[in-house]
Amino acid sequence: MSAEILEKIASNVVQGRVEQEDEGFDDGFEGQPAVTELVEEALGKGIDPNEILIQGLTASMTTVGEKFEKGEYLIPDMLAAAEAVGAGMDILTPHLLKAGVKSKGKFIIATVAGDLHDIGKNIVAIMLKGAGYEVIDLGVDVPTPKIIEAVKENAAPFLGLSALLTTTMRNMEEIITKLKDEGLRDKIKVCIGGAPTSQDFSDKIGADGHCSDAFAALDWVKAQAA
Amino acid sequence: MSDFRQGNIVKPYKRLDGEQINRIHETSMAILAEPGIWCYNKQAAELFEKNGATSVLEDQGGSPCWRVRLPRELIESAIAKAPSKVVMGARDPRNRLELDAEEPRVYFGSGSETNVWLETEMAEFVDPNDDSDRRKLPKYTEKRGSAALLARAAHLCEQLDNLDFFVRPVNIQDEGIDERNHDVNKFFASLNNITKHVQAGLTTLDALDHVVRMAEIIAGGPEELRKNPILSFIACVFKSPLQLVDDTAEKVFAIVEQGLPLVISSSPQGGSSAPIQEAGIVAQINAEILTGVALTQLIKPGAPVLYGSVPVRARLDDLHDLYGCPEFNQYNVDCVQMARFYKLPCYSSSGVGNAKVPGMQATFEKLFSHLYMAASGAQYIHYAFGLLDRTNTFCPLQAVLDNEQIGLAKHCMRPAVIGEAESEEALKIIRKVMTTNHKLFTRHTRKPVRAGLVSEPYHFESKTGEDHVLEKALAYMAELEERPVKHLAKDTVERIFDEIPGLLPELKQSM
Repeated sequence: MSAEILEKIASNVVQGRVEQEDEGFDDGFEGQPAVTELVEEALGKGIDPNEILIQGLTASMTTVGEKFEKGEYLIPDMLAAAEAVGAGMDILTPHLLKAGVKSKGKFIIATVAGDLHDIGKNIVAIMLKGAGYEVIDLGVDVPTPKIIEAVKENAAPFLGLSALLTTTMRNMEEIITKLKDEGLRDKIKVCIGGAPTSQDFSDKIGADGHCSDAFAALDWVKAQAA
Repeated sequence: MSDFRQGNIVKPYKRLDGEQINRIHETSMAILAEPGIWCYNKQAAELFEKNGATSVLEDQGGSPCWRVRLPRELIESAIAKAPSKVVMGARDPRNRLELDAEEPRVYFGSGSETNVWLETEMAEFVDPNDDSDRRKLPKYTEKRGSAALLARAAHLCEQLDNLDFFVRPVNIQDEGIDERNHDVNKFFASLNNITKHVQAGLTTLDALDHVVRMAEIIAGGPEELRKNPILSFIACVFKSPLQLVDDTAEKVFAIVEQGLPLVISSSPQGGSSAPIQEAGIVAQINAEILTGVALTQLIKPGAPVLYGSVPVRARLDDLHDLYGCPEFNQYNVDCVQMARFYKLPCYSSSGVGNAKVPGMQATFEKLFSHLYMAASGAQYIHYAFGLLDRTNTFCPLQAVLDNEQIGLAKHCMRPAVIGEAESEEALKIIRKVMTTNHKLFTRHTRKPVRAGLVSEPYHFESKTGEDHVLEKALAYMAELEERPVKHLAKDTVERIFDEIPGLLPELKQSM
């Protein structure tokens, strides 16, 4: 019984279905329970939350990644799957914490002050959440003090900064300087991203990495943990 | 329409208003009344005369010529008998085309009969001052058209998904080819390598029976061929201005009697064989085509016929045809509207240009007319694949590039789908997405993508800063050409070779 429901959760992740009304990658799924309903059902049946996490949610993301590599899936399919995992994680997290299961780590993410662009940041957030990280999304136009405060408060090991304007990207440097001033720089890895940024710029301002897209961000965060 | 190629139904762009259409019609009628036409075919002159025209033999010192003045009643009543729907059959019935003058469903195909085949290969060039700077550039080789190359073109065109019909794009000039066996080899090399509709002109009238017999064998019999005419003919019956050609007129009589579809085509050149002014060239070509169409209906009322308009403009520096210019599109759109006015399916043109090799000029000239002519709603647009150097060269690489352009042009022409259900769904999606943190609509693209409603990026784009379009297109062409050829069945080929004389032995290939 538990195998069957975990398999359904996994299949719905691959289909990228968050809720019952969502369509899947393949036809004929609409109206059937999706990840959120199935995770609730699994918990209701007493299935171990860690088992739901591993067998239902995260393992299936490997299948999704493979399909993307083969060109079978496009970015929307990948994001839909990651979003489904994220939605499942939202339900599971309190149960996992209760059971003493640790998350892969907190990841603070923000678009820096003066900048309202957030498509890239949101895609990165979805993908990270789908990969099992606890994402703390501070939103857009986030002033430096607010970011510093969030780093202190959450003791997060990762910080991702996004900017789309050449005028606002300079604020990334200010944040890194402030982290140093506050004695936080050694405790957190900082990556940056956004159209005008580059590896050169990242090196210049003293960030730990430059991510050209969401996949690079995932690779970067995995590499930090290794 | 399930058994036909779908084409694209467009909302036609109208260059002419109703008054202008009437004015062109009236001018065409006036041209046919006076000065009339110079008819070099006795049978046609007699048929026109029998139906109310005046015909006077004129002594021009050369071939006999009848000056025929055609009253509007003759033209208008004959045109009214022409069918507004014509089916262009195909070896694979799913590739048939339904041309309906009252429905602007657009199909694109190849054409025309070029003498030169332009082969492309990529060669690497090294900067003499910097060994590390190596670039691949195209090198072109001209080949003389042959039956084998025509067969290759047919196979390639079978693979091009945006090509709806095949007008033989290359003239066969093999050693074993002469006037007597030109037609049978031309049609066989085409039909044995493509399952889409095949069309060509007829080189010699003597070959017509053999060509038709060949088509009957392939279609499964005489009646089956008339139901599913896998081939059709083009007759440029007018030499502009206003001269009805003797031997082409003879072919028109014979083809119409055979009951197979025929394009009555005319191609005056604005600035030399027609006025350059739009009001003049369009009225003249319209008069020429209407006379040709009327002739088919006087021969056999209801004969399947297409209004074939290929008006071009003269370059004023050398008086060659100038295709990649605004007037070409203007003249052609006008003709499409005239054909629609007469309820005749329209054979039109796009994708011809003056560029001699693939590249920026060719892309500009072609896309310029592909889009414009698709928007016109012409049912049957030829010349659209692979032509370069006006209509002198066929380049298979260019055909592959055109396939991509036409695919995107077809996509552009898709009608807007904004009904009640679509608006309701959109509202639902917007409301749903706005409840999320990320506010991304990305996941909701999946359904339209899978339904084929979302176009793909340019197939030959390069992810780097360099332009690799030709290299990528060439690689794709090689991939297409590697695919198995859809030859005719062995017994069909055997039968054709038994019954039809003059076929080149090297063309004898089968499934």
